[in-house]
Amino acid sequence: MTDKIKHHLSDDLLIAYSAGLLNEAFSLMVATHVSLCDTCRAQLESFDAVGGAILEGSGLPDVPQVAMSPDAIDAIFATIDLAPAQETRAARRKDDVLPAPLQDYVGGDLAAVKWRPVGMGVKQAILPTAKGATARLLYIPAGAAVPDHSHNGTELTMVLKGAFSDEYDSFGPGDVETADQDVTHTPVADISEDCICLAVTDAPLKFKGVIPRMLQPFLRI
Amino acid sequence: MLNVREHNSESSALRVPVPMPAFRVVHPLPVGNRALKRKNASSAPKTDPEAPDWVMLIARIRDHQDRAAFARVFQHFAPRVKAFLMKSGADATLAEECAQDVMTTLWRKAHMFDPTRASVATWIFTIARNRRIDMLRRQRRPEPEELTWGPEAEPTQEDVLSLQEESEKLRQAITDLPDAQKELIERAFFGDLSHSEIAAETGLPLGTIKSRIRLALDRLRHAMK
Repeated sequence: MTDKIKHHLSDDLLIAYSAGLLNEAFSLMVATHVSLCDTCRAQLESFDAVGGAILEGSGLPDVPQVAMSPDAIDAIFATIDLAPAQETRAARRKDDVLPAPLQDYVGGDLAAVKWRPVGMGVKQAILPTAKGATARLLYIPAGAAVPDHSHNGTELTMVLKGAFSDEYDSFGPGDVETADQDVTHTPVADISEDCICLAVTDAPLKFKGVIPRMLQPFLRI
Repeated sequence: MLNVREHNSESSALRVPVPMPAFRVVHPLPVGNRALKRKNASSAPKTDPEAPDWVMLIARIRDHQDRAAFARVFQHFAPRVKAFLMKSGADATLAEECAQDVMTTLWRKAHMFDPTRASVATWIFTIARNRRIDMLRRQRRPEPEELTWGPEAEPTQEDVLSLQEESEKLRQAITDLPDAQKELIERAFFGDLSHSEIAAETGLPLGTIKSRIRLALDRLRHAMK
């Protein structure tokens, strides 16, 4: 899959994720994309390496250090003696559509998603993330469109299955479209297959039509 | 106490996933491709001869539950982790507690450390950062999937060495950055401030901050070529 991904995450997003500054919904987007994309994984690891180098002390003349309490190490050994083991996350099964970070939120693969219709055959499932941004899965039937909308903030949409196109470009599995307030677009799923996406946004979308605008408070998009 | 350094030359490579470069900006090789060999690995600057072999110490923790090795890692890194957490706004008590958690996690997850993909400092940074998110915001931190092991995925000592050398090179490159860029890079990773919050605090325009950070990263990339 990795070779086919054409639309990647921006450096700004990867740096913010590496520095631990992203909200939960956007972190979920980064974690999901990086699970599928070796290019962005390597890029992210390079930013982590900058964080590591700064922790090690490459910057200011005095490496920042604060002494630990004298009995800290004994306290740690006591904890370790109580429960030595450490879990590893089970690997995703080969045919699963959702990468592991998404499965953690859904509680399984696609079959576990609780879809709610939002009109014109489009379905969505809001994922439980902290306030400040929203993450949701979108199900767009083959050939159908998501209502024409623009954005107050930033919206990232990543294809998990199928493909979609809008006025600007086309997007296949793993591709991320980044849309900000300057973008009004109508994503349309490719005719050959239903399209499933992860979409995150840090502000409500602005729909052009009256009906979707009325629905918006109920749909939480 | 065990003299850990004498194991340096004979410590075998950790059994971990495929190698990934520490600071490769453009298109890494696909997972599973073991042909990745850095050119001129031997001409990279040698790491500080006085510095302990952190990779070997982590391997000893993993394989032998070696508490002396853990103590060496703890002495060096725990005060740095605590400082990192305090810079993010934690008071001394909370930072102490969280730094202890971070070091406990290091012990428990020693088997997950991959020395062909990260230096020990980088690995500890990621653990501390995750703990910080938990501490400050009480939010979940979605993590990418681990890379799975290929059948031929055992890394060579050479892969481990070249990654560690690259990490040292990166550290040097950050040291050599102009002060204004270095400070912003540090604040971006250490302060728990978004770029716009840094802008509000320093009075610098947001665009200036972003372009300085970008400049700094360009410099680092150049230095890593």
